[in-house]
Amino acid sequence: MLNNKLEVSMYRYNPEVDKFPYMKTYSISKPSKDIMVLDLLNLLKEEDQSISYRRSCREGVCGSDGMNINGKNGLACITPISSVIKKNKIELRPLPGLPVIRDLVVDMSEFYAQYEKIKPFLQNETTAPEQERLQSPEDRDKLDGLYECILCACCSTSCPSFWWNPDKFVGPAALLQAYRFLADSRDLKTYERLEALSDPFSVYRCHGIMNCVNVCPKGLNPNKAIGEIKSMLQKNKKDIIVSDKL
Amino acid sequence: MNSIFGNNIKTIEFDALIIGGGGSGMRASLELAKSGLNTAVVSKVFPTRSHTVSAQGGITCAIASADPNDDWRWHMYDTVKGADFIGDQDAIEYLCSEGPKAVFELEHMGLPFSRFDNGRIYQRPFGGQSKDFGKGGQAARTCAAADRTGHALLHTLYQNNVKEGSNFLNEWFAVDLVKNSKDEVTGVIAFSIENGEVAYLKAQATVLATGGAGRIYASTTNALINTGDGLAMALRAGYPAQDMEMWQFHPTGIYGAGSLVTEGCRGEGGYLINKDGERFMERYAPNVKDLAGRDVVARSMVLEILEGRGCGEKNDHIFLKLDHLGEEVLNSKLPGICELSRTFAHVDPIYEPIPVVPTCHYMMGGTPTNVSGQAFTRKNGEDYLIPGLFSAGEAACVSVHGANRLGGNSLLDLVVFGRATGMHIQNELKSGGGVDPATKSDIDFSLERLQKLNESSDGFDTAEVKRELQECMQNYFGVFRRGEFMKKGLDQLDELKNKVDNLHLKDKSDAFNTSRVEAIELQNLYEVAVATAVSAYERIESRGAHARDDYPERDDENWLCHTIFDPLNKSVSKRKVNFEPTKVDAFPPKVRTY
Repeated sequence: MLNNKLEVSMYRYNPEVDKFPYMKTYSISKPSKDIMVLDLLNLLKEEDQSISYRRSCREGVCGSDGMNINGKNGLACITPISSVIKKNKIELRPLPGLPVIRDLVVDMSEFYAQYEKIKPFLQNETTAPEQERLQSPEDRDKLDGLYECILCACCSTSCPSFWWNPDKFVGPAALLQAYRFLADSRDLKTYERLEALSDPFSVYRCHGIMNCVNVCPKGLNPNKAIGEIKSMLQKNKKDIIVSDKL
Repeated sequence: MNSIFGNNIKTIEFDALIIGGGGSGMRASLELAKSGLNTAVVSKVFPTRSHTVSAQGGITCAIASADPNDDWRWHMYDTVKGADFIGDQDAIEYLCSEGPKAVFELEHMGLPFSRFDNGRIYQRPFGGQSKDFGKGGQAARTCAAADRTGHALLHTLYQNNVKEGSNFLNEWFAVDLVKNSKDEVTGVIAFSIENGEVAYLKAQATVLATGGAGRIYASTTNALINTGDGLAMALRAGYPAQDMEMWQFHPTGIYGAGSLVTEGCRGEGGYLINKDGERFMERYAPNVKDLAGRDVVARSMVLEILEGRGCGEKNDHIFLKLDHLGEEVLNSKLPGICELSRTFAHVDPIYEPIPVVPTCHYMMGGTPTNVSGQAFTRKNGEDYLIPGLFSAGEAACVSVHGANRLGGNSLLDLVVFGRATGMHIQNELKSGGGVDPATKSDIDFSLERLQKLNESSDGFDTAEVKRELQECMQNYFGVFRRGEFMKKGLDQLDELKNKVDNLHLKDKSDAFNTSRVEAIELQNLYEVAVATAVSAYERIESRGAHARDDYPERDDENWLCHTIFDPLNKSVSKRKVNFEPTKVDAFPPKVRTY
């Protein structure tokens, strides 16, 4: 009987009743097979309706259920409990560094604001052809590892530089997208994009701590993209940059 | 959220309101944002969390990239045939002929399509595709961004909405439509999930772009949020639903988990095997084998399992074999599938086959609309447009998918009809169209359901009732159907009615109260389930996805028609299929073989 119970320690906070957040421990029979952390949460919610968390696709592509699981950010729906249980215990907390709305739900406004700041859309004011703009497979390959971001915020909320300056440091997620457009052969605002990132905070607050790479549930590498942006900024002369792309 | 009746709730006014932030909603909003009309998208999740994100294989469209001679008429032929001849041919013609424009627009917006060596958009073969009206062999017509096309499409649309400055009411949940005394739709009652604030969102045009409702079944590829909210709102308002018996079971959902494995796997050369290692689709569809229509493949798989040739200890699933394609192809063309398979099936497709089983995937039915997205009801056997109400995407039934949707046609449906709806609303409102205001009592009427839930002091448990509903639908309205079993299912649904109407909301708090959302979602699922069950019971033939073992043949004499479910008296009537395309001759019904 000793080992068939699982202890789940969960961050709880409901602003209408709780003055302060607290950790609540739930004891639950260990599931007979390995399940995902999201399945575990769903089981707990059947017992206690008041538990709040976001979820949608339950397969790791929508980015809703980023949370801090035993000290590491990840997506609940693709994290098997077997990979995180320590001494029969799992600790669940909201993503760090953002204001908590309730329980495991954080206010992501600041995260989204940084995303919007980098102008996350293709900019090409030349007249579009009747068909598609052509792009070689080699140029298209440059977008792999960039466009797959699901905006779950696991990376940015694990980044100490983002914790310190969430308003001024763009953060790994949005910088990955900044590079996604810098790297796109169809985007022609390279110079303007780099100009907008050239202040001491937007990119240069990244000190290569690499937490972002460590936690990304999609296996992406924002640190590498940031490195690419930094080297583009080094040679940021309008003529060079523009001629590179054309 | 205590007293919400009367003057206590605020009104927020827009020109146009779009309920749902998936592909069709955001394509419509993009069109409207550019027009200068005051538009808002109401989405219960941040838009990039919408279920469009899970679409994998691609968007089917005759852009003539893989084959320079490709022709939208061939695509139209395939779609009409795939639909088992109850898709409306005027709508299918519009879908296929406008499609290339809509796809090129997406590319111009930045969608990172995969490419051929010549720089054009990559296209892969999908099921049910042919050249030259079925006479020229397999076509490759599905435009793809690796196997993450839905993700790429949804993010691209969100990005362009950011660019155009669209308004978003994110994490707002629409509860019910508001109607005025003339039976016109004047907006919705909605609340902010974040803080519980209730508001009347008033609009001249309300678009239901709320996607499907796959969660009526216990086993589905659909996201947890796919609860048919918009369709249910329309049903509760007394408006009909069309072809609700037509639910697509995708051949390859991951066994046990339900996650989708794209048809693109078979397009790239993968195939299904039974426990003897036999490529059994050669027997069921000798010409195109694993690339037959999804309904055909799903039924063949179930027959293999029923006849004892299923795989695994319980002989209850089928294997999808991909290892022969080689590591390089799998990593470049199907990277997302490899990832999903490792996570949810604990299988690496580079070395082992993926265990799969037919899984509920797509709702072909929905709120009936014309090609401009205008929703209609029926009066005296005629279509009658509902002023103020529109629908697009999976929530709508326009109907381009008829009795069975072809792979890759859903993403095309989203952008083509999302766009058409946006264009129509723009023209209508700019030429002075609109609806009369609603009165205070009209608004109160639409608040009742929310009020009742908020005041509940006892009653039934959401999770338990949902499980009962899903099991009922799974058992009696699955891949194969039979009258006597469906009758049992209908009786069970009748019994569930009282429970669904009397859910107990234990947690009454305002801040991010997901149990309130889940209770209303369950009520929405119930509306959709009843429409499905009644329509399925009434259609006494087999056609497309609707397979009855008590009526195994297609019956064109009596059932070459749509079903219209009337929510007021829970009855079904027939509606004519459109056989009047304008640019080509209609494709007459014929025996459907692959």
